[in-house]
Amino acid sequence: MTTRTAPPPAGLPGSVRQRAAIAARTLRTDRWWFAPLITVIGLVAWVTYATVRVFMHDRYWVGDYHYLTPFYSPCVTERCLPEAAHFGRVLPGWWIIPDAALTLPFLLLFRLTCYYYRKAYYRSFWLSPPACAVPDAHKRYTGETRFPLLGQNLHRYAFYAAAIISAINTWDAILAFHSPEGFGFGLGNVILVGNVLMLWAYTLSCHSCRHVTGGRLKHFSRHPVRYRLWTFVSKLNVRHMQLAWITLGTLALTDFYIMAVASGWISDLRFIN
Amino acid sequence: MGNQDAPVKTGTTRHFRIWRGDESGGELVDYQVEVNEGEVVLDVIHRLQATQAPDLACRWNCKAGKCGSCSMEINGMPRLGCMTRMSTFDDNETVTITPLRTFPIIRDLVTDVSFNYEKARETPAFAPPPDLAPGEYRMQQVDVERSQEFRKCIECFLCQNTCHVIRDHEENKPAFSGPRFFIRAAELDMHPLDTRNDRKEYAQASQGLGYCNITKCCTEVCPEGIKITDNAIIPMKERVVDRRYDPLVWLGSKIFRRGQREAEQTARESAPVGTAHSHAGASHEPGAEAEAERGVHWGRQVPQPQAPAVDSRGRLPISEFTFDRPAAPSPFGEDVTFPMPPKDLNYAHPEQKD
Repeated sequence: MTTRTAPPPAGLPGSVRQRAAIAARTLRTDRWWFAPLITVIGLVAWVTYATVRVFMHDRYWVGDYHYLTPFYSPCVTERCLPEAAHFGRVLPGWWIIPDAALTLPFLLLFRLTCYYYRKAYYRSFWLSPPACAVPDAHKRYTGETRFPLLGQNLHRYAFYAAAIISAINTWDAILAFHSPEGFGFGLGNVILVGNVLMLWAYTLSCHSCRHVTGGRLKHFSRHPVRYRLWTFVSKLNVRHMQLAWITLGTLALTDFYIMAVASGWISDLRFIN
Repeated sequence: MGNQDAPVKTGTTRHFRIWRGDESGGELVDYQVEVNEGEVVLDVIHRLQATQAPDLACRWNCKAGKCGSCSMEINGMPRLGCMTRMSTFDDNETVTITPLRTFPIIRDLVTDVSFNYEKARETPAFAPPPDLAPGEYRMQQVDVERSQEFRKCIECFLCQNTCHVIRDHEENKPAFSGPRFFIRAAELDMHPLDTRNDRKEYAQASQGLGYCNITKCCTEVCPEGIKITDNAIIPMKERVVDRRYDPLVWLGSKIFRRGQREAEQTARESAPVGTAHSHAGASHEPGAEAEAERGVHWGRQVPQPQAPAVDSRGRLPISEFTFDRPAAPSPFGEDVTFPMPPKDLNYAHPEQKD
């Protein structure tokens, strides 16, 4: 049964067994290119919108209701309207500096090093690989073993920063329960609170968070409280991808709504005052 | 099955393309095969062997998705032949079946998966505290559940096959163990009783954990539904980060002396090796060891067994497929048979005259 002909068996000198010579690079017949394609479209569209908005330096604050868009939170440059700058105006007002220059880099880092987004952009932008069992587009591959991709390990720092920034966004959402008469509540508040809740869900569902709450333990049974926390984060973590996209949506929606109200395109639907 | 003179055929005839060949080359061969309701791809291959292609080579065993033998690529996707229902394809769809691409071909659909066994052998084994007697430790269910997920692995090696790190880059094979062994490393590192605390460093330095760019294809193809990336690879990456990159963990370990406590505990647990518990049996009687050794004549010459036959890398070959003789070699030596003759033992009864 096992008789072989010409090539010597593996393991003997001079023999390296060869892979099957299959001509087609991939034999997948489904639409494997669809997921990377919509990822590219979605991310490019969002990044374009966000870039335009961040450098617009305008229409980020609704004075009557104290709505502040998350793209300008906290507003820290000298360009900021004084009432919108809850944490002081410490940076110069050059147009190249985003008004939320103290937070946006960390949020960008958080999303860039996020384990879900890494999958998304390695597959769709870097084509490494574009889909399972489809060959990747590179001659050499070293993964995340060397600079600059070794920097993906910064995700932990970015997570700590993102948690603080989520708290700042929460504070913004609380301050927005305001009207010229005092307390107020409108559709903008629903959108702001919804956005903050989703941001918290995304931030807490992070794989780094799952690890620091309990994932690093060897003995779950010796740490029941941390085990409960880990179980909670694990449940959220299953939805990390969905939350990543939902928060992109809620961020853009919140920002667009506040831009529309601030420019007077629409007026805020008020429930109280 | 495949009975050609059956009076009524209930099935339909479908078009298949199957890769036939060996190391010297091969091609996709067209077949028209009968398919009946409820069948899986492996059934079709068996019918093909019974009717048109008796020499078609295919590895299979349980037909229940539990042995992990019939890994193949069906329409380009790594899958188990026995778990791919024919009803998932359209009636007029051509089904293309090829061997696993990542591993060397032996013949037709059979590949040489020794790469995985070599990586398995390199992975450090479970290391319980050396003085722990059977039954002394009871594992809690919450601890069991965590590693139980990884124990579901049937070693079909679909994850290893689909991982682009080695699938598309053969040169990464020496440095990269693959998803199957990352779940092994994670399982042991998360085991409450495992005393090795260098598994994270090992995973990073020797298993090539950093090569993984978490594109999750291993999770996508796992027939057991193990969340390889989320529950094993990412936690292992995070554990590596703990050791090397996290400021808060570093601060916490300085303040609470956690690292030192763990080290002390490990030292305490492993300290008894070679002292109080090193004797045979469970007695603590001081004279027992000397008594037990009285009958052993350590200086007695015994014939050295002939070393087992190894391949050019100095290792036992994985299977007869990759070796120049039938059947696996004995790890004890070619000339050793059991039970061993008494003269080949260096034990003698205390009253025995040599």
